Amino acid sequence: MKAAIDGSGEPGKPKTLEERLAPVRKMLLACIQCGTCSGSCPNAWAMDSSPRHLWRLLLTHNGEEIFKSRTFALCSTCYSCTLRCPRGLPLTDAMSLLKQVAAAENIYIYRRSVRFYQSFMESVRRHGRVREMEFMTLYFMSMKNPMIPLKFTPLGMKLMAKGKVSFEIPSKGSGKLDALFRKAKEIEDQS
Amino acid sequence: MKYIYYPGCSLEGTAAEYSISTMAVLGALGVELVELDDWTCCGATAAEGISHLLSFALPARNIAVAEKMKLNCDILVPCSACYLNLKRVEHETRLDPSLLKKVNQVLETENLVLKGKLKTRHLLDVLASDIPVSDIASRVIKPLEGLRIAPYYGCQCLRPYAVFDDPEEPVSMEPIITALGASVYEWDMGGRCCGASLMSTAPDAGIELVAGLLETAQDADAVVTVCPMCQMNLEAYQKRASKKRQMHYDIPVLYLPQLMGLAMGLPDDQVRMDLNLCVPDAFRNKLMARQTA
Ligand code: SF4
Ligand code: SF4
Repeated sequence: MKAAIDGSGEPGKPKTLEERLAPVRKMLLACIQCGTCSGSCPNAWAMDSSPRHLWRLLLTHNGEEIFKSRTFALCSTCYSCTLRCPRGLPLTDAMSLLKQVAAAENIYIYRRSVRFYQSFMESVRRHGRVREMEFMTLYFMSMKNPMIPLKFTPLGMKLMAKGKVSFEIPSKGSGKLDALFRKAKEIEDQS
Repeated sequence: MKYIYYPGCSLEGTAAEYSISTMAVLGALGVELVELDDWTCCGATAAEGISHLLSFALPARNIAVAEKMKLNCDILVPCSACYLNLKRVEHETRLDPSLLKKVNQVLETENLVLKGKLKTRHLLDVLASDIPVSDIASRVIKPLEGLRIAPYYGCQCLRPYAVFDDPEEPVSMEPIITALGASVYEWDMGGRCCGASLMSTAPDAGIELVAGLLETAQDADAVVTVCPMCQMNLEAYQKRASKKRQMHYDIPVLYLPQLMGLAMGLPDDQVRMDLNLCVPDAFRNKLMARQTA
């Protein structure tokens, strides 16, 4: 029971969705459902459920429903809602936490974003800095979808022509930031 | 004036012209930049999308390295995404000692400690707050007369931390644009989101934001930005946005220091407009037609 309240779960055991969502819910407790966040969101038109509705689902313990909608994945972290919420709630952070939960739970709707981010972070882990072409190549490889790279090709070619990116075969092996990445994961898995 | 310079990954690659023009313009204004030793990626928007702690540890590593340099000056960051990531560490670790502790546990692997003594500043903050606009004006030798410039701030240099400008109705670029001899194109989209990484993760949604901005900027001669992500989104997807709206968008999207460099008469290899993907002839002709002041 304790686990469900503070979201910590038992160390060593995989967390349930409820446990993962508990800290996000805690951030939203003061929501008065005024809808200012939805009205401020530049991507609300594309969302299948509004940010306000998402908070409602969260507060009424309908966590599963949140991840059936694409709403959190469409947050472009513009901080407009955070700035305007009359209760001063950290809404962009809440959206980011939902993204992290979706990444941890391997939620289908968020898979494309996760692969994008993971490919990016993989390049950072290896070299300390992101190599843009390597990152894009890793992304396409992870998508296993030959149609996606094509979409990017004209831009990729333009950038290569300007010498802004170079074509790189992703390099493997030990990375510059291995230890830092490992430690962060270790601490996060424990808490 | 002296700053520790954190360029960030984009400025080494797709936004090379931003870095080159930033260093050139600040140099011409007598500002000294010392590049951060062995800097690494700040995590961009990617770390945040998968790991909370990593999204703090990656930028924190760079601040810790800067502290180790013992220069005791602010960290100057031109990229808005990098800026916000570093700023967030500065703010949140001050408010939350347990976060600082966790971050330092991670940094131990690099033999680094974050003390939280240094301030992170956005390039625009430095240009608008530290450098007197009269200094900029006095350097202008080829004023940008007759050019209407749309100032585009994007999100992350304005929000959530309102450090140097109004987070909803930003104005900090206006005196600079005027000092360069250009006029400010009036629009209310300066602080609207460009879609950030949605252009890659959900392009159907991202392209609408880009198209909306381009449409409103149509009557300007150029858009100026202070963020590589905004610049790329607005510059590289004009064709796709045009198709979507059945319009023809063809508008240069320059970095603010590039525009400054043009007015200050800096040589081409310090402005690097050749690296921009979209510089229409009409814009070039207007630049050519300018008189030397
Ligand atoms: S703006 Fe704040 S209080 Fe209003 S609905 Fe959104 S989260 Fe709730
Ligand atoms: S931060 Fe995300 S949810 Fe909030 S207004 Fe911006 S895009 Fe919408």
